[in-house]
Amino acid sequence: MNGISRRGLLKTGVAAGVLGLSGMPLRAQTRGGKLTAGLSGANTTDSWDGRTHSDLFMIASAHGTVFDCLTEVAADGSLKGELAESWEASADAKTWTFNLRQGVTFHNGKAFGADDVIESLQMHLGEESKSAAKPIVEAITDMKKITDHQVQFTLAAGNADFPYLMSDYHILMFPAGQIEEGIANGIGTGLYQVKSFDPGVRMVATRYADHYKGDSAGFFDEIEYIAINDNTARMNALMTGQVDAINRIDFKTEALLRANPALRIQEVTGNQHYSFPMLTKTAPFDDVNVRRALKYGINRQEMVDKILLGHGQAGNDTPIGPANQYYAGDMEQLAYDPDKAKFYLKEAGLDSIDIDLSASNAAFEGAVDAAQLFQASAAAGGVNINVVQEPADGYWSNVWLKKPFCACYWSGRATEDWMFSTAYEAGVPWNDSQWDQPRFQELLLSARAELDSDKRREQYTEMQQILRDDGGVLIPMFANYVQAVNNRISSPDTVGNLWQMDNARMAERWSVA
Amino acid sequence: MGNVLTIILQRLALGALTLLIVSIVIFVAVNLLPGDFAQNILGQGATPEAVASIRKDLGLDQPPVTRYFDWLGGVLRGDLGSSFAQANFASFTGTDSGAKTVADQIAPRFANTMFLAMVTAIIAVPLSITLGVLAALYRNSVFDRAANITTLSSISSPEFFLAYILILFLAVLNPILPSLSNIYDGMAFSERLQKSLLPALTLTLVVTAHMMRMTRAAIINLLASPYIEMARLKGLSPMRVIVKHALPNALAPIINVIALNLAYLITGVVVVEVVFVYPGIGQLFVDSVKIRDIPVVQACCLIFAAAYILLNLTADIMSILSNPRLRHPK
Repeated sequence: MNGISRRGLLKTGVAAGVLGLSGMPLRAQTRGGKLTAGLSGANTTDSWDGRTHSDLFMIASAHGTVFDCLTEVAADGSLKGELAESWEASADAKTWTFNLRQGVTFHNGKAFGADDVIESLQMHLGEESKSAAKPIVEAITDMKKITDHQVQFTLAAGNADFPYLMSDYHILMFPAGQIEEGIANGIGTGLYQVKSFDPGVRMVATRYADHYKGDSAGFFDEIEYIAINDNTARMNALMTGQVDAINRIDFKTEALLRANPALRIQEVTGNQHYSFPMLTKTAPFDDVNVRRALKYGINRQEMVDKILLGHGQAGNDTPIGPANQYYAGDMEQLAYDPDKAKFYLKEAGLDSIDIDLSASNAAFEGAVDAAQLFQASAAAGGVNINVVQEPADGYWSNVWLKKPFCACYWSGRATEDWMFSTAYEAGVPWNDSQWDQPRFQELLLSARAELDSDKRREQYTEMQQILRDDGGVLIPMFANYVQAVNNRISSPDTVGNLWQMDNARMAERWSVA
Repeated sequence: MGNVLTIILQRLALGALTLLIVSIVIFVAVNLLPGDFAQNILGQGATPEAVASIRKDLGLDQPPVTRYFDWLGGVLRGDLGSSFAQANFASFTGTDSGAKTVADQIAPRFANTMFLAMVTAIIAVPLSITLGVLAALYRNSVFDRAANITTLSSISSPEFFLAYILILFLAVLNPILPSLSNIYDGMAFSERLQKSLLPALTLTLVVTAHMMRMTRAAIINLLASPYIEMARLKGLSPMRVIVKHALPNALAPIINVIALNLAYLITGVVVVEVVFVYPGIGQLFVDSVKIRDIPVVQACCLIFAAAYILLNLTADIMSILSNPRLRHPK
């Protein structure tokens, strides 16, 4: 089984090809040194339990440093194997066979195999499971261990994106039979093993000596992530050189960072978007003409300029963003046009309309300001928006999905189907616009099981058009991920845009310059 | 001395009553806030079933009165309960084991807070008393005015502003001290001290004015007394008059102000902790209120209230001990 060691492999010429296929580029990066990063999104509730992860600090610590998934999304958006070496699907995309990497060990010495995969996935099931990845795992009707390093999944319905879903940061691989211990102490197969972890304060990990990724990734000896939720404190820490990298730059002081020659700023547009969903089964939003009037009454570019201070891109009322494979970037952009708004109101049989818009900065930073901008721009088209300021506490339980028109944000999903089936499929719990349109639903189901990439592109483009023209969610802007790194650290030219900090994998991909 | 003991026992009993009332007020207040722990932890994913199952795991489905008395019973047995934040919900892992207790969670943070309070006190108390004595000695001089203006302007500025000014001068322009005070277990004492210095200096600026002004006022108040007049007539130097004759009699109010400021250092430094990323109890408290982690909030409040009660008690006892008239009442 362990006939060829990874180091041995690297020396041979064939190795380059093999590794190229498995998605690990050979880069000349120096090993050693330490990466210290100041990250936001840390909480006292943090733990190594992947099911609970939702913000950067733990995603970078677990998914990006200590744990591995079956598959991994590369910086350029392509999918490659992580703990799975390869995978095949049946023609209907219903049965998937994953070949697992051999000779992989957990940080406690236990060998990794098919049992670990099955047990780690089962963690997300159970009636009372609160895992955010429950819908993904629930779609698997049968998990079969074929050999120690081969697992077969049978899905309830065909899903061409299944390997993509296995890269989700919630679905981490824990050691079978020791899951509780794995959660308590952070025992994974990742490039670094936990040295100390203080929830909401700090995480330190050291390089795991005999890692299967070998010399191609994980260049630091030690990783230290410091929880700095305060924007100014994070900037100070970077400016005074106490940390090498920080996430979420405060746009208002960004110029100061740019002026510092020892720092560089990374800015990528991903799938993170801010939205105003309306309940399309509730009057007046059940009338497509009212929805269209609102679509033309919002000034998208103004919002990008004033709310994001230019760090973003105008949205087209579809949740599919530049980090998605089938993003229809050439689709005609909806523009602010009060005359068209008036026209559609007239189509709906109205001269003007009064609408309540619930907003709170809990939805996204600047949501109340955005609602007020919307109020001002929509008035010219005869739409009178009344901005209702909701308390930030309990916003997600009391306002979102409950009020007919409110502010919301989505971090986006790596695949079209994942995004649509989370929030746009008829009847799913997070369908925040009560979206249920026959043609859209039909396309969603057929594209899901379609393995032909060209056909899928056609179908997903049509779905994006439907949402742009008729959809119940206004998506005025995509917000960039903006982060800063000092020049002591080198990072690849292409930085991942699926999540902050190079898809949270800076520990793996960056190195000391 | 029997008198002092009675006072101590009386005050301790009253203190316990105060703690009980504080715990009721906090419990009611936290329960009045919209949303609870289950909704906060689930965020966008707060489906009714998930919320109900977390509530069941944590006992939040019980009526508030039952929960309060359960908690109170635990505290009387010395058990502060389990932190919601670090609870491994039964349905998550299959067992309830491994939940971090509130005491586990608070202890290291509280130790850090005490360390910072101590460093600050070691700098601030001697500094402000010295300044106060000198200001009394050279009252209405340029030195007196300068000391007053400086300390009063520092106490009048918001803490975060002082913190940023210090960061600007001591960390950015002249990189002498680190702007990040992320101390952790196992750090060498010297490094810990160095990292804590900027927050300690900020807090010194905040608390000095109060103590210095009180020292100055208490001493000046006594300078008109006949026995000071006598000391002066004996030909003693002004310094000796103040330090030997006036200061001991001015101690009671000074001690009270010091105690008040020490209590503040333990309970009220959240802003400074956030600016310097210092892992103290203040940040834990604010985080816990945000997520409605009631056991931690309650425990923090008890600690804060106890700090005030004990420090005030100490101050009263020390002022009694420093005053012979109170030490030997007729």
